[in-house]
Amino acid sequence: MFNWLSQIVALTQFNIQTIWQRKGSSAAALFGIAGVVAVLVGVLSIGKGFEHAMQASGSPDTALIMRSGADSEMMSGLSRDETRIIADAEGIARNGDGALASSELFVIINVPKRSTGTDANVPLRGIEPEAFGVRDVDITEGRAFEWGKNEVIVGIGAAREFLGLELGGTIPVGRERWKVVGTFSAGGGISESEIWTDAGVLQPAYRRGNSFQAVYAKLQSAESFPGFKDRLTTDPRLNVKVVRQTDFYADQSVAMSSLITGLGTLIAGLMGIGAVFGALNTMYTAVSSRTREIATLRALGFGSGPVVISVLAEALVLALVGGVAGAGLAYFAFDGFRTATMNFQSFSQVAFAFDVTTSLLVEGIVYAALIGLVGGMFPAIRAARLPIATALRES
Amino acid sequence: MSRQAALDQVEATSSVSSETLVRVEGCTKHFRRGSEEIRVLEKLDLEVPKGEFLALMGPSGSGKSTLLNLMGGLDRPTTGSITVAGERIDQLSRPKLAAWRARHVGFVFQFYNLLPVLNAERNIELPLLLTHLSRAERKKHVETALEIVGLSHRQKHYPGTLSGGEQQRVGIARGIVTDPTLLLADEPTGDLDRKTGDEILDLLQALNRDHGKTIIMVTHDPHAAARSTRTLYVNEGRLRAEPVE
Ligand SMILES: Nc1ncnc2c1ncn2[C@@H]1O[C@H](COP(=O)(O)OP(=O)(O)O)[C@@H](O)[C@H]1O
Ligand SMILES: [Mg+2]
Repeated sequence: MFNWLSQIVALTQFNIQTIWQRKGSSAAALFGIAGVVAVLVGVLSIGKGFEHAMQASGSPDTALIMRSGADSEMMSGLSRDETRIIADAEGIARNGDGALASSELFVIINVPKRSTGTDANVPLRGIEPEAFGVRDVDITEGRAFEWGKNEVIVGIGAAREFLGLELGGTIPVGRERWKVVGTFSAGGGISESEIWTDAGVLQPAYRRGNSFQAVYAKLQSAESFPGFKDRLTTDPRLNVKVVRQTDFYADQSVAMSSLITGLGTLIAGLMGIGAVFGALNTMYTAVSSRTREIATLRALGFGSGPVVISVLAEALVLALVGGVAGAGLAYFAFDGFRTATMNFQSFSQVAFAFDVTTSLLVEGIVYAALIGLVGGMFPAIRAARLPIATALRES
Repeated sequence: MSRQAALDQVEATSSVSSETLVRVEGCTKHFRRGSEEIRVLEKLDLEVPKGEFLALMGPSGSGKSTLLNLMGGLDRPTTGSITVAGERIDQLSRPKLAAWRARHVGFVFQFYNLLPVLNAERNIELPLLLTHLSRAERKKHVETALEIVGLSHRQKHYPGTLSGGEQQRVGIARGIVTDPTLLLADEPTGDLDRKTGDEILDLLQALNRDHGKTIIMVTHDPHAAARSTRTLYVNEGRLRAEPVE
């Protein structure tokens, strides 16, 4: 066992120096692995970005109240009386004007996408003034809409993705067109994919009478939620479900992000198999072009264990360089890249940015290392198994 | 063998001791090639005394390299025993054999077998990486070996920039740098022109005569064999003292 380590170090150094001598085949394996990692990290960053948008949407001290049995705001309905009882419930935070509870209306309108020109569903939300106390929203351009007027403000995500949603544009509501008077940001959350207006003007436009679909309530604290939920669900005058906003969005994002993650993993898995063969081929070439050198080293007394490990180390170095290159490529190409996609729960578009996180970069590089190790394994074993006397004869 | 060569041998024999260093007893080596069995060595016996410079000659394919490889622990005999410096090496496991080679044998190859990515100095240092020597001690050993082969001025050169003769000197330096019990050379001049080959033979002869190295050299050049202290001929699996005409 003595000097095993120094044998490995010496052989590995020697192997790595030879990578340069086989630039062509090394580069092929390297690019293959870099490509796989870039795709893996790129695709998974879509899922992460989507998750991030959904998480940023929720706050643990905010409750969403819908009719019992409704899975989304679209399927829910609440009367004015019901929303009053909810707003009066104990546990809701208050400011000078009263309880921080906004009764809201949620409809979908068709707006063409900038990228394709085809219509897509965009949520149009009718709100009450309390909405601005429930959510953290900043007007980024223009001004807030005036209550009672046919005006809207647009989330910056929606403004970026859809035609006519920029400041000064108009949106179709029934047979009229309402004016965009401002844009707003909401910390990267899902609200940025929505259009907001006064619930009072949206109700008649959609013949909703005096009904709403959901109440958003800011609670005194995150801990007040269980008590608040119990009070509402046991109130005989109400037939509602109460969910924490964070849970609501997390549930919504599960389907989408697991679809994206699954798809990404599948694609990267298939590409990974290709890359393994690339690495395998490169390492076989590397080993067979050095048959005599490896045999010479073993004749001098280098052990077959260190030979195996040094060939694996060479493959690993190649793979890690490829992995880092691929991860870097994904980071510079995709991080922050903005897009919109369908939210299956609300059947409307969610705008979000690709999110190349540190953990994704690490995952990508680990994946590259695995490809390298698998690809290097058989060539390494072959190198160590070659009968020395036979290998020395081949020249 | 010429008269002069014979005289040279007699003269040189004086440094050989009576102590046996290598003992090959009843050694048989068969190879399988598909269903065919190739019988290369048949019940071969050989004793090499310490301090000898033995030349092995014989027709191509007669089994000279096979015999050398067996004595160097690169391969194991089908039957029979091989003892080097009192140790039975035919029964050692592969890892033990590797460690044994590192300690006891220096190899010199026909095509030098230097690593092209390492310079002369680092090629020579390779076998020392298998010892406990410190970096400084390794450096000293490498310098001594370079001096012995007369290549001190080429220590930083890469194999690609050295002539064939110089590369073989590096090969020999690598072979002797650990001061091995036994130096084995398989056609060390086979790839060199006559004049360069002679210089390499001068060097091997000096190593044997002045440094007491036991050397076994395979060659099919009678001129090279003449430099040895004894020449044996491999033929039909056995050793003979005279060539078969
Ligand atoms: N590893 C091996 N497998 C099969 N045949 C071998 C192997 N090594 C040597 N031989 C055969 O053994 C015979 C002797 O080879 P070798 O010792 O290299 O001869 P020499 O060195 O005298 O030219 C040859 O016929 C050769 O083909
Ligand atoms: Mg031979």
